[in-house]
Amino acid sequence: MNIVWVDGAGDELSQQAVAFARGLGGDVAAVRFAAGEAYSPAAWAQTLVELAAERGASAVLAPATDRGNELLAHVAAKLGQPVAANCTSLTPGSPARVVRLRWGGSLLEEAALDGSPLLATVAPHSVAAEPFGEPETLAVTPAASELDLAVRVSGRIEAAGAGVSLADAEVVVSGGRGVGSAEGFGVIEELAGLLGGAVGCSRAVTSAGWRPHSDQVGQTGTKVSPEIYIACGISGATQHMAGCKGAKRLLAINPDGEASIFASADYAVIGDLHEVVPAISAEIRKVRGT
Amino acid sequence: MNILVCVKRVPLTGGRMTLTEDGRAIQTRHLGFTVSPHEECAAEEAIRLVEEHGGSTTVLTLGPAEAEEQLRDMLAIGADRAIHLVSDGEEWDPQATAAAIVEAVRALPEPFDLLLFGNESADGGNYQVPIRVAHSLGLPCVTGIKALSAQDGLLRCEQEVAGGRDVYELRLPAVVTVREGINLPRYPSVPGRMRAKRKPVAASTPQRPAARLRMERLVVPEGPGKQAEILGHGPEAAPRVVEILAEIGVI
Ligand SMILES: Cc1cc2nc3c(=O)[nH]c(=O)nc-3n(C[C@H](O)[C@H](O)[C@H](O)COP(=O)(O)OP(=O)(O)OC[C@H]3O[C@@H](n4cnc5c(N)ncnc54)[C@H](O)[C@@H]3O)c2cc1C
Ligand SMILES: Nc1ncnc2c1ncn2[C@@H]1O[C@H](COP(=O)(O)O)[C@@H](O)[C@H]1O
Repeated sequence: MNIVWVDGAGDELSQQAVAFARGLGGDVAAVRFAAGEAYSPAAWAQTLVELAAERGASAVLAPATDRGNELLAHVAAKLGQPVAANCTSLTPGSPARVVRLRWGGSLLEEAALDGSPLLATVAPHSVAAEPFGEPETLAVTPAASELDLAVRVSGRIEAAGAGVSLADAEVVVSGGRGVGSAEGFGVIEELAGLLGGAVGCSRAVTSAGWRPHSDQVGQTGTKVSPEIYIACGISGATQHMAGCKGAKRLLAINPDGEASIFASADYAVIGDLHEVVPAISAEIRKVRGT
Repeated sequence: MNILVCVKRVPLTGGRMTLTEDGRAIQTRHLGFTVSPHEECAAEEAIRLVEEHGGSTTVLTLGPAEAEEQLRDMLAIGADRAIHLVSDGEEWDPQATAAAIVEAVRALPEPFDLLLFGNESADGGNYQVPIRVAHSLGLPCVTGIKALSAQDGLLRCEQEVAGGRDVYELRLPAVVTVREGINLPRYPSVPGRMRAKRKPVAASTPQRPAARLRMERLVVPEGPGKQAEILGHGPEAAPRVVEILAEIGVI
């Protein structure tokens, strides 16, 4: 019997985690916490620890989301067992073998994993999603301690919700150090506006204070998955690519034909973004007749 | 407020990762080193809290002898002292890392009010060392924090979630992991670098226990194997770009 904590029944990452657990063999119990339970990572983990003991679970899994990773780390700490985060595969045995993502997915690790139950989180898109029935609903165990409950969501700030969100945008026009200044982003904003897209940027840009961190794409920024990612003046560091490799297509604009971004690009324009980007905007206006 | 910040030395890999011959590490012969942006922000946050409330910042790393460079970087932006757990250069698994940090914290005469970490290490991405440390020390732990304030021993933390932010309130002492974006870290100044050379670094050499998550081999995933279609040079490429955008259906 394998236990999978899920966020809900419908979302794709939960369906992938359940499919992953089915791949281990044996029964799978998908569980979630009742809608009224305020998120409390250590208390939820304590509940999962007790459930795993009660059912004699051979594995406890979760999707490798912020909450999935956090919960499984608490479960592991409470049990004194290892946990492997962001796994793309898990083969039970003694020891079990895992393949997991490192460096935000830029590198894979093959590792041996000890412990019983096996503890792991499932990296997105490791397996195809499979629908599953209504998960079992859990209430926080009465055995959760005061310390467990000391960390508990007590309030919520709703996002302002203006404009297209970077994570969901169909088009992302992104600028790097090559943009040269905060003002230089005018041409990037103009093109993004014409395409109904969002503005992104590299870490070189946020570190310089040209754009807010909420615009940063990459390993420590936002992960995007647009129809097209237009990278202007970005060299293509692995940590940046970790955030935009989910894009269906990538167009890179850079005067340096050797820039590593071109190795991941579908389309290349060799040139200065300050000439190329306004020319693209002008051409869009021309074909639209505006 | 006495604050501990934990940072990990990692290579700055640039555009391509190359592995050593045995496939167990990144080839770093020509690379510089840094710490994760999350951890830089943790150090910056500690220094700001100490500027506001008084106290001191201690920065800790478990890493090879060369990791003193990262400790000096953090001392240069304003940390007061450092603890270097000198490793054998081998990778320590997250359980062993957490245990070494806990032992070092327990060995100090004064407990910390706040222990700050990155949300995840840049290279390992284990999402667990701080939670294990909190568990062993009997402290509460909040993760992925993008805004933090302290008042009269009470912490208020904001965590980004889909559609907004969740708020947590808890008492010190506590463990908090932060994400890049919580602040914009300062750059070290030349006088800061000079002062850093004279700040104390306490070194010790913990023993590495057997790993229970044992890295065997690293693999560079196959690239997308793309051959970019060159649409042109300079502004003359614009009409072809717009054709492509129309084909994709975004115009
Ligand atoms: C742990 C870790 C996490 C990181 N996380 C992130 C992250 O989330 N996101 C991120 O972006 N980075 C991240 N980084 C930083 C990353 O390693 C790179 O330093 C960064 O992505 C470089 O940004 P850049 O491409 O804009 O700058 P550069 O590498 O300096 O490249 C600038 C490019 O602009 C080109 N250029 C110059 N002038 C022009 C012009 N006029 N027109 C067009 N092109 C021009 C140049 O040819 C060059 O290719 C991280 C690093 C570490 C160590
Ligand atoms: N070797 C180390 N030395 C000091 N701190 C570490 C080390 N490894 C991990 N950490 C801290 O723990 C956080 C989470 O790491 P991880 O669990 O590996 O993702 C990091 O951001 C650091 O703050």
